[in-house]
Amino acid sequence: MRHGRWRFLLAALVPALVLHVVLVFSPYAQAFYLSLTDWTGVAGEANFVGVDNFVRLGDDSLFLDAVRNNAVMLVVVPIATIGLALFLASMLNGRRPLPGASAYQIVYFFPQMLSLVIIAVLWGFVYNPNTGLLNSGLRAIGLDGLARSWLAEPSLALPSVMAVVVWSSVGFYVVLFSAAIGAIPKELFEAAVLDGAGRWATFRRVTLPLVAESVQVAFVYLGIAALDGFVLVQVMSVGPGGPDGTTEVVGLSLYRTAFTYGKFGYATAMGVALFFAALTLAVLALRWRRDEVTA
Amino acid sequence: MKSPRNPLPQLAMLAWAVVTALPLLWAVVSSLKTDQEILNEPWAPPSSLHFENWSRAWTAASIGRYFFNSLIVVGGALVLTMLLGSLVAYALARYQFRGNRAIYYTFVAAMFFPVFLALVPLFFVVRQLGLLGTYHGLILVYAAYAVPFTVFFLHAFFRTLPEEVAEAAVLDGCSHSAVFFRVMLPLARPGLVAVGIFNFLGLWNQYLLPLVLNPDPDRYVLAQGLAALSVSQGYRSDWSGLFAGLTIAMLPVLVAYVAFQRHIRAGMTAGAVR
Repeated sequence: MRHGRWRFLLAALVPALVLHVVLVFSPYAQAFYLSLTDWTGVAGEANFVGVDNFVRLGDDSLFLDAVRNNAVMLVVVPIATIGLALFLASMLNGRRPLPGASAYQIVYFFPQMLSLVIIAVLWGFVYNPNTGLLNSGLRAIGLDGLARSWLAEPSLALPSVMAVVVWSSVGFYVVLFSAAIGAIPKELFEAAVLDGAGRWATFRRVTLPLVAESVQVAFVYLGIAALDGFVLVQVMSVGPGGPDGTTEVVGLSLYRTAFTYGKFGYATAMGVALFFAALTLAVLALRWRRDEVTA
Repeated sequence: MKSPRNPLPQLAMLAWAVVTALPLLWAVVSSLKTDQEILNEPWAPPSSLHFENWSRAWTAASIGRYFFNSLIVVGGALVLTMLLGSLVAYALARYQFRGNRAIYYTFVAAMFFPVFLALVPLFFVVRQLGLLGTYHGLILVYAAYAVPFTVFFLHAFFRTLPEEVAEAAVLDGCSHSAVFFRVMLPLARPGLVAVGIFNFLGLWNQYLLPLVLNPDPDRYVLAQGLAALSVSQGYRSDWSGLFAGLTIAMLPVLVAYVAFQRHIRAGMTAGAVR
C-alpha cells in the first residue's frame, strides 16, 4: 500500500503542478523582473533599467487618466451597487413574503449569466445616439432634451460605463444579500416591530449588522471588478478609452502598450502597479474584517 | 385583520425587473426586425418575424463557427480543470506529507494576482511553446487559470467528507485511485457541480486570454467573435445581423439558466460565501 500511496500522490499532483508552474507561477514571477527592464519583445535584449518604468508612469498622462478613472470606479461602483442591491434585497425579504419573489430573483440574475462582451455590445446599442433604446425611449416620452451621445460626451462617458457595471452586478448581490437576510431569525424582526421600530430603523439596527459580512465580501469583489473594467471599455467606448482618455482604464493601457506598441517592459510595470493596488485593497479589507471582529 | 400592503416593495422590485429585462428583450425583438425597422422604429415590434437574420448571423457572420470554437475550448478546459483540480484538492486534503501546505499555497496564492500582471510573460511563454492560436494551447491556459479556485473550493469540501468511508474502501482492497474515483468523487458531487458550473461560466465568458493568445479569426471564441463583429458589422451597418448574433449568444445561456436556476445561483454565490 505504501508504494501505491506515493504513486497515486505523484500522479495526482505532478501534471497539475507542471501546468501551474509553467503557465501561471512563472509568468507572474517573470512579470516582476520584466517590469524593471526596457524589453520590446526581442529575445535576449532586455536591459535592466531599475525603477525607470515606474518613474515614467508618473509622467504618463494617459496612464494617470486610467488611474483616476479606476479610482473613481473604485468609489462609485461598489457604493452604488451595494446600496441598490441592499435596498432591493430588503424589499424582497420584508415582513410578509412578496408575491413573485422567486421570479424577481430569476430575472435579476440574468445579466450575471451573460459574458461581459455580450453586455458591452448590447449596451453599445442601448446608448446609440440615434437608434438606441435609451434615446429613442426618452424621445418617445417627450424628454427629447435629455437624449445625449452617452458614450461620446467626455462628461458622460465614464458614468455611462459605470452604469453598465452596476446594471450587470446588482442582481448577483440581491441574491447574495437575500440569502443572508433570509438566514436572520424571524424573531429578531418581530421583536423590532414590537419595539415600535419602523422600516428604516429595523434595517439599520437589525438587518445591516447581520449581513455585514456579506457586504464586506461584496466590497472586495466589486473593488476588484472596479480595478478592471477592461472588457466594457475595450468593446463599448469610443477609441477605445475615449473620448479623450475619459474612459481609459489601467488594463486597457497595459494591453495597448504591450500588444499595439510592443513596449513589453513598460506595460508589465503597469501590471505591477495594478497588482499593488489590488494587494492594498485586499489588505484593507482584511484589516477591516479584523477590526469588526475585535470591536 | 390584515393592514393594507405597502406598495413600495412591489413597485421597486418591478422597476428593477424592467430595467434588467428590457435591454435583453429589446435585443431579441430587434434580431427579428429589418434594418429599416431597427433604424426608424427602435421600440416597435417587427412587422413580420425575420428569422433569416439568425441564419445569416450563424453562417455569413460566422457565429456558428465561433460557437463551436467556444464549445471545443471550454469543454476541453472544463474537463481538464475538474480532473486536475479535484485530484490536487483530494490529494492535499486527505494525505499528510512534507510540502503539502507549500503546494496548497502555491496554487491558492494565484487567486490573489490580477491576470493582467501575467499577461505579457504568458504571451511569450505560450508563443515559445508553439501554442499560440491553437485549441490545445487555449485549453491548457484556461485550465491552468481555473485550477487554483477549483483546488481552493474542493479542498475545503473533501475535508468535510467522513474518514470512515475511505478507510472501509481501503480495507476492501481498493487502490488509492479506486478510492478516489469510485468512492470520494461520487460523495463530492454537490461540490463538483457547484464549482463546475462556476468554472463553466467563467471559462465561457473569458475574453482577455483569447484576445491575447488566440489571434487567428478562424479560431475565435464566441466572445472574441462578437466583439469583432460589433466593429465590422457597425461599418457595414447590418444591424439586424448583429442583434441576431447577440441573441444567438445570449439565448442558450439564459434558457439553461432558467432550467437550472437554483443550482446555478447556488453555484455562483458559493464562490462568494466560502
